[in-house]
Amino acid sequence: MSFDKTIQRFLLVLIVLLALSPFIPQWALFMLTITGANGLVVLGLMLFLRAGLISFGQALFFCAGAYTTGLLSLTLNVREMSLLVLASGLVSGLLAYLLGFLMAKYRGIFFGLLSLAFSMILYGLLVKTEALGSTDGFNVPAVTIFGWVPGKELVRVAVLGMAFLVIILSVAFVQSILKGPRGMLLTAIRDNEIRAEYMGASARRTVHLFYVIAGVLAGFGGSVAAVAVGHIDPAMAFWTTSGEFIFITILGGVGSVVAPFLGAMVFGIIHTVAFSYSPNTWQMVIGLTLIFVILVLPNGLWSLRDKFRKNKP
Amino acid sequence: MSKVILHADGLNKSFGAVTAAANINVKVEEGSVIGLIGTNGAGKTTFVNMITGYLKPDTGKVIFAGRDITQLEPREITKLGVCRSFQIPQLYNSMTALENLEVSYGIVSLMEHHGSLFTKMHAKIPSYGKDIRQLAEESLEKFGLTQYRDKTARVLPGGIRKLLDIAMAMAVRPKILLLDEPTSGVSAEEKFDIMDMVMKAVRDGNTTVLFVEHDMDIVNRHAERVLAFYAGQIIADESPELALRDPQVIKYIIGETHAARLQEAN
Repeated sequence: MSFDKTIQRFLLVLIVLLALSPFIPQWALFMLTITGANGLVVLGLMLFLRAGLISFGQALFFCAGAYTTGLLSLTLNVREMSLLVLASGLVSGLLAYLLGFLMAKYRGIFFGLLSLAFSMILYGLLVKTEALGSTDGFNVPAVTIFGWVPGKELVRVAVLGMAFLVIILSVAFVQSILKGPRGMLLTAIRDNEIRAEYMGASARRTVHLFYVIAGVLAGFGGSVAAVAVGHIDPAMAFWTTSGEFIFITILGGVGSVVAPFLGAMVFGIIHTVAFSYSPNTWQMVIGLTLIFVILVLPNGLWSLRDKFRKNKP
Repeated sequence: MSKVILHADGLNKSFGAVTAAANINVKVEEGSVIGLIGTNGAGKTTFVNMITGYLKPDTGKVIFAGRDITQLEPREITKLGVCRSFQIPQLYNSMTALENLEVSYGIVSLMEHHGSLFTKMHAKIPSYGKDIRQLAEESLEKFGLTQYRDKTARVLPGGIRKLLDIAMAMAVRPKILLLDEPTSGVSAEEKFDIMDMVMKAVRDGNTTVLFVEHDMDIVNRHAERVLAFYAGQIIADESPELALRDPQVIKYIIGETHAARLQEAN
């Protein structure tokens, strides 16, 4: 893993955020953390989209990660956030590995709907499980950061810092894969799977691998969200949650590992603003934004950057 | 007589009532260049498809380098060293010519690095001694594609697409290369140049070549041996001089007028 420009910029943003944190309101710190959690899930969806695949059920791994964090802290009294995030990524990754044997055989609408089906099975199971609070879910206790117990004023910024650390490591990992031959192979599979097979590459194994990577990332995202919100419930696996992730994917675009986080940020802003002005019709604003993006920026917000670059002499 | 590298042993294949392959027996010697001729539907492509694993024969075996590959997947067969180009070029259309080749060498690199997650573009491929970019650039040059380097595959002209398709198949350094109608859809003026270029590039690596071709002039020029297909059977298996004079071949494949012209040319 090399620290290329993108990673350096992420690090810079982290340092600036931490330095400015006393001046950033608590709600904004919280929103940034949720943005990061969503961005992690969408980073995985971006990998799928590069291969021409869309998962309508990525909330499955997001929710699995969140419940892993919740259950570990409640039953085994694990409070260390780094451990919780790591364990959640592992559990979601393992789940993705198992489901991947089936998923990797399918493309197009079948891939999308099968993933939706799996996520709704988890949703159904959680809703019916009273021990886990059924539709109400349960609260996640406060966490420690590398052994440190942050005070009430510092807990938001501490969680955000930890989330950023996870994001930087995840982005560096995904970036190094995308820049290598396997990243090219993803696009090749979208373009012409048969050709890739006749060159000796296994499309199935490649999709399976990226399915697991996306699962781990969504697990991280779920864990961060659970810690930040302090509460988890089955709606995290519901299809509308998956829909939001797809929305962010389309909004950001697939041009860069930064795009998912840019998309998540803009989504967070639209969501917050629209919700405060029209709490009952905020979904309509989201819908209109989606139509706008598809019509004007089919390659997402990230494509604006390329447009500006081209216009420069 | 050199070593037999490929042995099609009693291949049969039917699609409903249509017999696409009837007891096909062929032994291919290492380093040879073989032309496959026959009218449309005679069974040439079926033969190619059975060798490369796209179709499984109803009965019979395909032996490559002493190993039975009949039931293997195309991917596994490619890894053993049997590669093919396509009648309709199969490219990665959203990528440039260079990227198409980079993907191809990238796959080789991934295989040689045992699928490591951190295989880098600039890492040398051990058995090639060069990195992906170098190999892709070299291949562009070898196949005369340098001027199309940064053009998207979707917009490339027919002949160039064919060349790129073959260049990609050569990336895995196959022991046997099967070319399915390398000059179909290419203008008459370009045909000979394209085929000369392909044969030169391919023969540098001493690759065994089987090519399906309708143009008898090209068959005559490049093939050392001709397999003539008719109704799923091989009706002639001879040198081009003899095959193109064979009465059955003339009757079913070449036609009297064309045969007379070919004789004159010889």
